[in-house]
Amino acid sequence: MNKPIDGALLTPGDPHALWQQEYAAQIGTDRAVVNRSGIPVKPLYTQSDWPAGAPADTALGMPGQPPYTRGIYATMHRGRTWTQRQLTGLGTPEEYNARLLDVLAQGATAVSLIPCNSVFRGVDMDESHIELLGTCGTVVNTAAHMDRALQGVDLAQTSCAMNDPSPFTLLAFMLAAAKKRGTDWRQVSGTSNQSDYLSHYVANHMFFRIALPGARRILGDHIEFCNRHVPKWNPMSVVGQHMQQAGATPAEAMAFTLSSAIQNAEDCIARGMDPDQFLPRFTFFFDISISFFEEVAKFRAARRIWARVTRERLGAKDPRAWRFKFHAQTSGVDLTRQQPLNNIARVTVQAMAGILGGLQSLHTDAYDEALSCPSEFGARIAVATQNILREEAHLTDVIDPLGGSFYVETLTDQMQLEIERVMAIVEDAGGMFKAVQGGLVQRMIGESARRFQSKVDSGEQTVVGVNAYPVEEDRSARPINARPDRAAMQAHLDAFRAYKAARSAADVQRALDQLARAAGDTRDNIFGRVVEAAEAGCTHGEICATLRRELGFGHVQAIV
Amino acid sequence: MSQAREPGAAGSPSVTGRRPKGAGMTEAPIPKVLVTKIGFDGHDRGSRIVAAALRDAGMEVIYTPPWQEIAAVVKLATEEDVDVIGISSLATDHLIVPKLMDALREAGLADTAVIVGGIVPDEDEQMLLDAGVARVFHPGSPLAAITEYVRDITPAIRARRATPTDIAGERR
Repeated sequence: MNKPIDGALLTPGDPHALWQQEYAAQIGTDRAVVNRSGIPVKPLYTQSDWPAGAPADTALGMPGQPPYTRGIYATMHRGRTWTQRQLTGLGTPEEYNARLLDVLAQGATAVSLIPCNSVFRGVDMDESHIELLGTCGTVVNTAAHMDRALQGVDLAQTSCAMNDPSPFTLLAFMLAAAKKRGTDWRQVSGTSNQSDYLSHYVANHMFFRIALPGARRILGDHIEFCNRHVPKWNPMSVVGQHMQQAGATPAEAMAFTLSSAIQNAEDCIARGMDPDQFLPRFTFFFDISISFFEEVAKFRAARRIWARVTRERLGAKDPRAWRFKFHAQTSGVDLTRQQPLNNIARVTVQAMAGILGGLQSLHTDAYDEALSCPSEFGARIAVATQNILREEAHLTDVIDPLGGSFYVETLTDQMQLEIERVMAIVEDAGGMFKAVQGGLVQRMIGESARRFQSKVDSGEQTVVGVNAYPVEEDRSARPINARPDRAAMQAHLDAFRAYKAARSAADVQRALDQLARAAGDTRDNIFGRVVEAAEAGCTHGEICATLRRELGFGHVQAIV
Repeated sequence: MSQAREPGAAGSPSVTGRRPKGAGMTEAPIPKVLVTKIGFDGHDRGSRIVAAALRDAGMEVIYTPPWQEIAAVVKLATEEDVDVIGISSLATDHLIVPKLMDALREAGLADTAVIVGGIVPDEDEQMLLDAGVARVFHPGSPLAAITEYVRDITPAIRARRATPTDIAGERR
C-alpha cells in the first residue's frame, strides 16, 4: 500500500467542484462532443454519474449471470477466446477447397463459405455475366459443387458457417452432401449467416428478391426444420451489420437488430414453437465502428436488453435462451482508399472494441478492402491482427476490463436508453416487419448516413487521409487485386451445362413441382422441400426461380 | 440473366427534383442524372447518398434500386433523356461497365456521360476510362466534388446532344 497522502496536500472543499472550476478556466470555450449515436459526451465521469443515475433494471450482474452486462459466460475470453472466423470465398469450388484446406491445415477449426454474388441474386452461373463469376465469392450452384468445395472436410467435426440467405440452398446442398457421405445430420454444426431477411431487405439487399411475406415464411420453416433435424445448426443469425454499414448509428443498428430478433422470435412462437428450444440457436452479427467506447457500450447494453426481452416478453425460462451470442466484423465503412496501410490501425481499434465488448466470434477486415476485394496479403495481416490482440496484448486476461469505468457504465446506460428509444419507434410502427415494409427503417438509416457524410465533408469528423493529413502516395505499393482464373471458371461453367443436360429431367421436375406445392401449403415445410430438391439434383437458380414464381418477386424500394 | 425475364425486374425508379420553371436556355442547364447500380451487388449507401446530394444541389435525379439490367439502364436513359449516368459499384460490378458503354453507343447515347463511383482498383480504372467512362470517383470523394463535376460537364454534353426539341426547351 502507498503511504497516506500528507493532509496538507489535499485540496480544501469539494474536489469535483474544484476540478470543474479549473477545467472551465483552462479549456476556454469547450467544444460540444457528441458520439455517433447522438449522445453528448462530457469531459469527465465520476461516481456522481453512476450508479446513482442509472435506471433501476440495469444492474450489472456477474459474467455468465443475467443481465449479462459483463458477458454471457462465466469464463469469457479468459477461458476460451473468440472464434476467429475469417470470411473465405472466391472462384470455383476447387479453388475454394484448396484455400480452405490450407486454412484448416494452419489450425483453423471452422469453415466459412461466401458464395458468389450471383448466388445471392438467386441465379445460376449460366444466367450470369462471366466477368462477375467468382469475383466476390465461390460459385456453388449444386449439391455436387458443395461436395467438391468441402472435399476433405469432416462435416461431423467441423463447424461450417455459410452466407446463405433465403431459401438456404447452400445448407440444403451441404445436407445433401452429408447424406451422400453417410454423415448424420444431427452431427452437422454451423450457422446460416445472415439468415435475417429483414436486414437484407433494409440494407444490403443481398437477399433473393422473394417478396417479404414469402421470405418470412421460408425463414420460419428453416428454423423449424433445423431445430428438428439438424439440432446443432444455428438457423437464425440476426444482423445489425448491414444496417450500420448502410449508415445507421450504432444505437439505431442495435435497436433495429433487437427489433428484428423480437419479430423473428414472435413469428416462431406464433407457429407454436418453444422459445427455450429455438432461442438458444439464435445468434447475432454486428458491425464494429471505430467509435471505440460507444461500440463497447453498445454491446454491453444489448446483452442487458436481450436478457430482459427473452425472459419477460418472449417467456424463455432456460438461461441458454437469454444469452446474447454474437459475431462481429470490423467496419469497412471506416476504411479509406487513401493511405490504405492506415486501415491496419483502424481495424485494430475496431477489433479491440468488439473484444472488450465481449464478442464470441470476430472477422477482421483486410486493410485493402477500400481498394478491391481483399488480397491474400491483406487477409494475412487481418488474421495476424487477431493473433496479436489475442496473444500479445493481454486483452483476454481480465473479464470485462472496462466494467466499472464511470464513463463506460454511464455510456452503457445511455446507449441502452437510446437503443430502447429507437426500439419504441419500431414498436409504434407495428414491429420490425411492418416498419420495414413501410420504409420507415430505410428512411431513418438514409438520414443518418447523410448526416454522417456531411460531417465528414465539412471536416467536423476527421478521417485521416481523406479530409485531413493528406500525403503524396506511392501507388506501386498497393496490393495486387485477386481475380479468379477465368479459364477455370469457363471450365466450371461448361461442366455445369453438361451436368444439367445429363440429369434426370423427370426427377428435377418432380422435386420442383413438390417445392412449388409446398410454397402454397403452409402445412408443408418449404425448407424441407428445398433439401429434397437439392438431393434430386436441382440447381440453386431453379430452386430460387420456383420460389420467386410462387411467393412473389421482392423489390428494393427506391428511397433516397 | 433471369432478372431480365422477371416482370418489373427493374423495380420502380423514383424521379426526384424538378427543373425550375422559367429556366431559360441562356442559364446554365440543370443536369439530369440517372443514378443506378448494375450487376449483382445490393449495397446502396453510396448510390443513395450521391442521388440525394445531386438532388439537393438542384439537379433532376432519376434513382433506381440495385441490380439493373444493362438493357434496362439504356432504356431508362433513353426515355428520361439524361445527361449523365452514375454507376455505383462496390463489389466488382464495374467489370461489366464496358458492356454498358457498348450498349449505350449502340442505342445512340454515345454523348451521355457515364461516371462510376465506388471501389474500383487502380488497374481497373484505366480499363474503364479506355472504355469511355468519363470519370471514376473513389471512396473518400467529397459529395461537392461529384456535384460540381456533373454541373461542369453538363453544358458540353447538352451542346453535343442538342436537337430541335432540345432548343425549344421541352424535352418531355
